[in-house]
This record gives sequence, structure tokens and C-alpha cells, in this order.
Amino acid sequence: MPSENSLVRFVDIQKSYDGDALVVKNLNLDVAKGEFLTMLGPSGSGKTTCLMMLAGFEPATHGEIFLNEHPINRVPPHKRGIGMVFQNYALFPHMTVAENLAFPLEVRNIDKSEREQRVNRALDMVQLGAFGDRRPAQLSGGQAQRVAVARSLVFDPDLVLMDEPLGALDKNLREQMQYEIKHIHENLGLTVVYVTHDQSEALTMSNRIAVFDDGIIQQCDPPPVLYEEPNNAFVAGFIGENNRFVGKVVEEDGDVVKVEVDNNVGTVIAKKVNVGGIGSRSTLSLRPERVTVNPEPGSLPNIFSGLAEELIYLGDHIRTRFTVLGHDDFIVKIPNSAVHAHLKEGDTVNIGWNAEDCRALDPSD
Amino acid sequence: MSTAPATIDGPLLTADGVPLKASLEKSLRRSKLRALLLVAPPLLFLIFLFVIPIGNMLTRSVDDKLINNVLPQTFEAFEAWDKESEPSEAMFEALYNDLKSAEKTDIGKASVRMNYALPGWRSLVKRTARKIKKMEPPYKEAFVKADDRWLDNTYWLSLGIMKDKRTLGYYWNAIDRTYDFDKNVIHQPDERKVYNLLWWRTILVSILVTIACLILAYPVAYLLATLPMRISNLLMICVLMPFWTSLLVRIVAWMIMLQQNGVVNDTLVAAGIISDDNRLAMMYNFNGTIIVMTQILLPFMILPIYSVMKTIPPSLMKAAQNLGATPTLAFIRVYMPQTIPGIGAGCILVFIVAIGYYITPELVGGKDGRLIGNMVAYHMQRSLNWGLAAAMGTILLGVILLFYWVYDKIIGIDNMKMG
Ligand SMILES: Nc1ncnc2c1ncn2[C@@H]1O[C@H](COP(=O)(O)OP(=O)(O)O)[C@@H](O)[C@H]1O
Ligand SMILES: [Mg+2]
Repeated sequence: MPSENSLVRFVDIQKSYDGDALVVKNLNLDVAKGEFLTMLGPSGSGKTTCLMMLAGFEPATHGEIFLNEHPINRVPPHKRGIGMVFQNYALFPHMTVAENLAFPLEVRNIDKSEREQRVNRALDMVQLGAFGDRRPAQLSGGQAQRVAVARSLVFDPDLVLMDEPLGALDKNLREQMQYEIKHIHENLGLTVVYVTHDQSEALTMSNRIAVFDDGIIQQCDPPPVLYEEPNNAFVAGFIGENNRFVGKVVEEDGDVVKVEVDNNVGTVIAKKVNVGGIGSRSTLSLRPERVTVNPEPGSLPNIFSGLAEELIYLGDHIRTRFTVLGHDDFIVKIPNSAVHAHLKEGDTVNIGWNAEDCRALDPSD
Repeated sequence: MSTAPATIDGPLLTADGVPLKASLEKSLRRSKLRALLLVAPPLLFLIFLFVIPIGNMLTRSVDDKLINNVLPQTFEAFEAWDKESEPSEAMFEALYNDLKSAEKTDIGKASVRMNYALPGWRSLVKRTARKIKKMEPPYKEAFVKADDRWLDNTYWLSLGIMKDKRTLGYYWNAIDRTYDFDKNVIHQPDERKVYNLLWWRTILVSILVTIACLILAYPVAYLLATLPMRISNLLMICVLMPFWTSLLVRIVAWMIMLQQNGVVNDTLVAAGIISDDNRLAMMYNFNGTIIVMTQILLPFMILPIYSVMKTIPPSLMKAAQNLGATPTLAFIRVYMPQTIPGIGAGCILVFIVAIGYYITPELVGGKDGRLIGNMVAYHMQRSLNWGLAAAMGTILLGVILLFYWVYDKIIGIDNMKMG
């Protein structure tokens, strides 16, 4: 969807390092002005490579990248004016925090008084006003991270790239930084391209998530769409938890299909999303929270009996593993409330789900 | 509140009533002993190969005991002498007694020492000692009969230089100074001045070689640290190759390359760049020393710089460019400052090795490429003036420590990274 307000546009980008294998295969992606776009994918899926091509450190093997509608393939990194937070922060160890921040202003020949002013403003923004004289080695991980963010913003770029900036932090700090980065993004009206392999991070922060696998964008959508309506088995599996059955389509009626699960264990009614006609194979994907235990008979199109194998108490819900339709890894999240059944291991109960909640996707592997 | 009130005032006790301190000490004794055993071998190694030899060198450089032990009576009689009148019979008798009772080898050694104070002593003592058995009093006449130089007061006067058991004379000699007979420090006569020139030349060569190594090593180290593994390994082998080749082989190779009829000159002549009778003098002189020492010491510069560069994350250069610096500016502002510890270590290493270098100047230095190290070797092996050699060695050590101190002041030893 090329539009006038897209800031970055990848057009037919391909990248190979060794001439044998494509690390990025035919990437087409638009990033709108002011958008927080996250590239999410397993390690090695080509996310960093995309970011490096955008920052100018790796040439694209094929295709063109546009920034503000200008092709930038031939623009060297120092002329692109893109801010970047590196994976391990890349702070200059021989300079103080303030000198680190002043560096981009110095190379732009901004005079001293304004430089100081902007450095202080950037430090205040990340709540490190008193740390200007420290060396990077004297900072904690979280502080170094903030300095890196401040440095990427101090020269007022329109676009900031972040490559797994929170990967090295512990969980609490990571969550706090997620909010801080998000707020900075909103307050400054920045465009951010963010890389992570952590799905919850991506879901928390992004306007849109591009799910990468094997050098291809599998799906690029806002977080709720991605979670509720995954387009294929990889996305369904990568984002959130899901129960899967693999089988063959035996009946088709509008956007509802009947899929016979392998080994003749039963037939499931599902929503047709990404699957061929009768006879084609399909992966069924079903979120654990969309399963009902002990449904009224006849209230749901899919009702099967399940054997409770394992219960894990998690406070607000009880995570229960059932054997259903011959699969012993069927997970159900039972809310911890008075109206819900209290199961024991070894109980056999009926469980069921709606056809819309069970998505018939492409056959994975 | 009611438990163990005794521990409040008195020393802390363990459960069985032993004072805590004693108990702790006992438990630590074992581990201390083990630690001691572990450091013992390197400590012994250090003592035998470092502390003792250097201590020995230091003592030797100021030692003047031998002559005082061989000629005790002579020096006593010398002290009684007014240094103006004719040497008295008593002085000759004392000398006679000393020469007669001393071991022959000791007399030889002493005469060598006396010869440093005044040339001529050696032959004088030798000739006299040969006839000492047949001498009868009056000894003065007998001595003069043995060698008429005994009439010359200067020999007696020169004993003043040697009368103390410790002397700084070797140090003064090492910097072209000497004692007059009253032990005042004076300049050597011009024709005997050799060492100061050599000292300055040694320092100059060391500095030039260090600079040349730095200029050559920096780009190589950079390539080593940044090229892909496969190529950089190959390059590393090339850097280390000289280490696996005999020093002499390398020097000879340079001789073949650089001498008057060597490969380089032949090529230049053949190419018409220089004429046949203008062949460049690149060997057996100052240039030869510089060229060959630079080549030999290059790895000592490359390796520390490389090992520091290897630790600089490539993302820093990227970050600098991303922030708007041109590649050149990024290199100067971000990369180079971080290599300073490696540069410092390399420079110190090369300088220290260069300042004491001796084999290369010996072989390719010719006359104006000789360094102080060659003089140390000469006095150790040829002239056997170990006192002077030791004094020169000590001065060398001092110069190195001085440079080390300067380095520490400017860059800081803590910053040094050997790799
Ligand atoms: N400089 C490089 N040279 C060769 N191959 C590389 C280089 N950088 C990355 N790769 C390869 O490209 C693939 C994608 O890497 P990357 O973009 O870093 O993935 P991600 O950031 O998603 O983990 C990986 O298989 C990796 O081995
Ligand atoms: Mg990556």
C-alpha cells in the first residue's frame, strides 16, 4: 500500500551475503511516518540484515530502498540521518556520556552552546541528567541503554532504528524500558523501526508487526490482528500459544471447512483462512483461551471428550493439559473463578470450541 | 538477649570456645601454605634468572675490591705519601710485600684493572712481578732496575683513583668521563671519546625504529583485526613467519637484498633509476641497522596493537558513521583513541628491545651503525672489562626505566595491553 505518507519503503529487496543463499527474499514493506513498526522473527531470519540495509551498512543485492521517497541505495550511512540504537549499545568507551551525546552534534558543526543545551535536553529526556560525566563503563545496563537511546535521538532524526535494544536487560527493566521507549516515540512523533525476537515486546510496543521467517515477511499487521487472525501456521505458532491439529479438508461450505484430523481420530469444523479445496491438507490452529470446558451439549460445533493430564496453577487461571483427539499436548486455560469446573488430573470431561476460533491454515512443514 | 553475655565484651568465640581469630587463622593457614607452594616455582625462577643476575651486575659495576685486596699494604703506604715527594722506600717495600704474597692470577687481574686507570700499568706490573723473586732491599733500586718507569710518579699517583673499594669510575667511563688522580670527574681526552656518541645514536636508532615500526604495523594490525577470518589468518602467518625463521637467516637475506651489489641496487640500476656508480649504501651503515631492526622488531609492534584492535567492536565504527561522521572522521575520533593502549605497549616493547639490540648492528651496522649493545658485548667478550660492561648495562636499564616512567605519566601503565 504505497502512500504519500510512507517514510521508508522497501521495494523488492533481496540480500545475499555469500551469493549462494538469500538471507532476505523479496522484501516489500512500507513504514508510515510516525509509525512504530516492529520486525519480529526468530534469530537468523534476516531482521538485522534489513536494518543494516536501511542504515546503509549493507548494500541490497537487489531492489531499492526509499527514504522520504528518495532512493537511498547510493547514500552513504553518514548522510542518511537515521538514528540507530545498536544491539550492544555501541557507546564510545573513551568518551563520557555527554561527549557521546555531543558527538553527532559536533560532526554536524553545531556550536558549543547549542550542543550543550541539546545534550542536556536529551539526557533529561532519559532521566540521566546527572550522569553526563560518567564513562559508559560506569553505567548499569539500563543506564547504558538509555544513553544509547538518547544518543540516537539527540540530532533529531525522523527515523530511529533499534536492533534488539533491550535484549541484554533483565525482565523488570526490560518492561520499564519498553514503556519509556514507547512514550518517547509518542511524545516526539518519531518513526521507529524496531527489531526483536520477543513476541510480548512486539505486542506491547508496536503499531504494526512484521513477522519474519526465513527472509520473508509472513504477515504484517497490527498486534490484535496478528494475534487473533494469523494468516499462516508459522505466525499462529510464533505469536502466542496455540493448539494444533493436522488433517485433510473433507468438506467445504463457504468459509467453513470440515477437516478430518490425521489417524481418523475425529472431524473438526473450522474457519477457512488459508487452505485449498477438498482434499488439501491443513493445520488447524486454536488459542487455548478460546476453549470451553463442559459446554452445554449442542452449543458448540466442536465438542470432544478430553482427559485432563496435568494441571498447573497460575493464580488467575489454571493451565490444563488434555489429551484430545489423540493429541496429548492440548492446552486449555481455565479461568480461576467460582463458576468454572474444578478438575483433577485424570478426569474426563467434554471440551468444545467455536468454528470461528479454529482457523484452518496452510499445512506447516 | 540472654545468650552468651561473655561474647559482648571479650573476644568472639566459636561454638567450642576457641577465639574466633585463632580459629580463622588456623583455617586459613592451609590455604596460605598452598598459595605459597604455588608461587614458589615462579618466584625461584624470578630470583635465579632475574634478581640475582641483575644484582650481580649492579655490584660488579661499582666493585673495586679486588685491587684493594691484592695490594693492601701498598694502598696504606700510598695514603701516608704526600703525593709530591719522590716515592719512598717504604712504599716500594709495601708493594714488594703485596706482590710477593699475592696469587699470580690475582696480580694479573689487578694489573688489568690498574691499566684502566692508567695505560701502562699492566706491562709495568707484569715485568716487575717476573723479577720479584730475586729482588733484594733496597727495593726502590731493585724496582727501578726491573723497569725504569718506576721513576715516573704518575703511576703512583694513579693509585688514588683505585683506593676505594667502591667506585663510580665505570659509570663515568661509560659516558666518556674519567677521574683525575684526585678523583675529580673530568672529560676524557677527545681521542678517547667514543661512548656518548654511541649512547645518542642508540637512543636515536631506537626511536626511529619504534616510529618506523609503528607506521608499518598500524595498517597491518588493522587489516589483521578487520579482514575476514580466512584471509586474516593467512596474513597472521605472514606476520609470524619471521619468528619461525632464524634471526641470522633473516639478516643474511637482508644483506643479499640491500648490499652494494644486492638485489635492490641491481634492480634500480637495471631500471635506470640510479647509475651504476651511484649505488645506494643501504647496508653496513646506519641505514642498514634501521632497516633490518625495523623488520625484525615489527611483530612486537603488530601483535599488541592487533590484540587491542581485535577487542574493538565493529559496531562502534558503524555507530559513529550512523551518527554522521565520515568514515575517516569515525576512524580518527572513535577507532584510533581506543588503540592507544596497544600503541603504547607496542612502542615500549619495541623501544626496550631496540635499545639493547646488538646482533643486528653487529652484522649489518658497519662502523656508523654500531650501538651501545655492541660495546657491552665487546667489553664482555674481548676486553673483559666487565665492570664497564656492567655499568653500561645498568645505565641501559636505567634509561628503560626512565622511559617506562615517562610512559606511565603520559598514558598510564594500567592502560597497557600486551594482548
Ligand atoms: N555479515 C554477514 N556475513 C555473512 N552472513 C551473515 C552476515 N550477517 C548475517 N548473516 C547471515 O544472515 C542470516 C540473517 O542474519 P540476521 O540478519 O543477523 O538475522 P537476525 O537479526 O534476524 O537474527 C543469518 O543466517 C546469518 O548467518
Ligand atoms: Mg539480529
